[in-house]
Amino acid sequence: MSGARYIIAALVAVVAIWEFAVIVTGVPRYILPSVGDVMLAFVNNWSLIGEHLIVTLTEVVLGIVIGTCLGCVTAIQLETSRAARLFLRPILIFSQAIPVFALAPLLTLWLGYGMISKVVMAILIIYFPVTSSFYDGLVNTPKSYLDLATTMGTTKWRQLFLIKVPAAAPSLFSGIRLAAVYAPIGATIGEWVGSSQGLGYLMLLASGRVKIDLMFASLLTLGVMSMGLYAIISVILGRLSRFNG
Amino acid sequence: MTASVPSITVRGSAGYDGTMLFDGLEMHIGAGQWTCLLGPSGVGKSTLLRLLAGLDTHVDFNGTLETSDGIPLAGRVSYMAQSDLLLPWATICDNVGLGSRLRGERPNLEKLTKVIADVGLGDHAEKRPGQLSGGQRQRAALARTLMEDTPVVLLDEPFSSLDARTSFDMQELVARHLGRRTILLVTHDPGEAVRLCHRIYILKQGRVDQVESLAPPFPRDFADPEVFARQSALMARIREDTG
Repeated sequence: MSGARYIIAALVAVVAIWEFAVIVTGVPRYILPSVGDVMLAFVNNWSLIGEHLIVTLTEVVLGIVIGTCLGCVTAIQLETSRAARLFLRPILIFSQAIPVFALAPLLTLWLGYGMISKVVMAILIIYFPVTSSFYDGLVNTPKSYLDLATTMGTTKWRQLFLIKVPAAAPSLFSGIRLAAVYAPIGATIGEWVGSSQGLGYLMLLASGRVKIDLMFASLLTLGVMSMGLYAIISVILGRLSRFNG
Repeated sequence: MTASVPSITVRGSAGYDGTMLFDGLEMHIGAGQWTCLLGPSGVGKSTLLRLLAGLDTHVDFNGTLETSDGIPLAGRVSYMAQSDLLLPWATICDNVGLGSRLRGERPNLEKLTKVIADVGLGDHAEKRPGQLSGGQRQRAALARTLMEDTPVVLLDEPFSSLDARTSFDMQELVARHLGRRTILLVTHDPGEAVRLCHRIYILKQGRVDQVESLAPPFPRDFADPEVFARQSALMARIREDTG
């Protein structure tokens, strides 16, 4: 069976179990709507859902791009400067000890209800995995490559950009794949805490009005968006990493 | 190659954490000749080679490293290791011209093309290392060494990961192309030492002994009975010394 067939089979199984649970338990629709109800809510509200999807997708993509750039710069700083290692490492570890959820109300207070606070949430949630994975890749560059570069006579920066960065690319790519999964979580948390746009906001709105079918439709859209983003990033990174042996 | 070809003399001792690796070492690496450092694994052959290459060794070396022209070795040495050390993300062409890029120079494209063709990889220049066989990859490593065009070449068991036929072909190719450079070959294969080297040293149990080698021309014919006899004698000597 090909990969696509497995995915379709898994989806069919989930839908079947869901429908079966609704029918067998007789649970009220305002607690757990049927798959049909959710599909209907999606069809009836596709324009509304699409509008909020674009907002969340923009926040997530901006978060991934900016967070990845910041993570790369930090990893290079950590690798090239002992002072940066001594100074930044404790801050990085401390920042991870604080749950991002706890920062969401503060960010909303400081940066407002607009898109910026959600982008910053997404950046905060992916910054550490990207930094950590890229830094690990940089410091684990095969020593034999560095020895060769030393005998050829090079500078620290040329060695970094011609040897270490390409050698660390597979590790960085792992970090970016993680970022693709985590960034939507950050953006959605931000939208829950305070916003007037985005799929997270739409879910809260639907929940408040007991439109559970719309809430599920928004949730499923968020899931499909995250999976699509992950798939696109994986394909791009896969094409880049085939050159890494 | 336009630079002068120096001879190298190494004297001294090396060890780490109170353990002596070698002591009272005196080794002369002749100008424009192949010198072989032979011995079993773990006796410090590669450490000695890394000292000459100016690489980190994690040992304390007390001694002197002199060149016949008085110019330090830094910048005049190229290095070929057991593994080809080709960067998997770069094409063969980029790998062969790596030294120039690392020094911020523009690679000489004419020379680059010629060197790649000389080692028989003209049709593979735009391929990546993963697309080549083990023998082809080691030929690319040789091309990279030739491109560096340094008067001193350090070879750290460069043939040991190849099958017998490819290893033999590579020895011929390396001997033909490296010409009259000053070469130190580290190996544990007495056959390689006898066929290729003007001077042979055995490193074992912390000391270095020079043994008589055959007269040129090099590389010697593998079917030469004298090569067989000398190879057997060398093997017996290594076994006897290492117990």
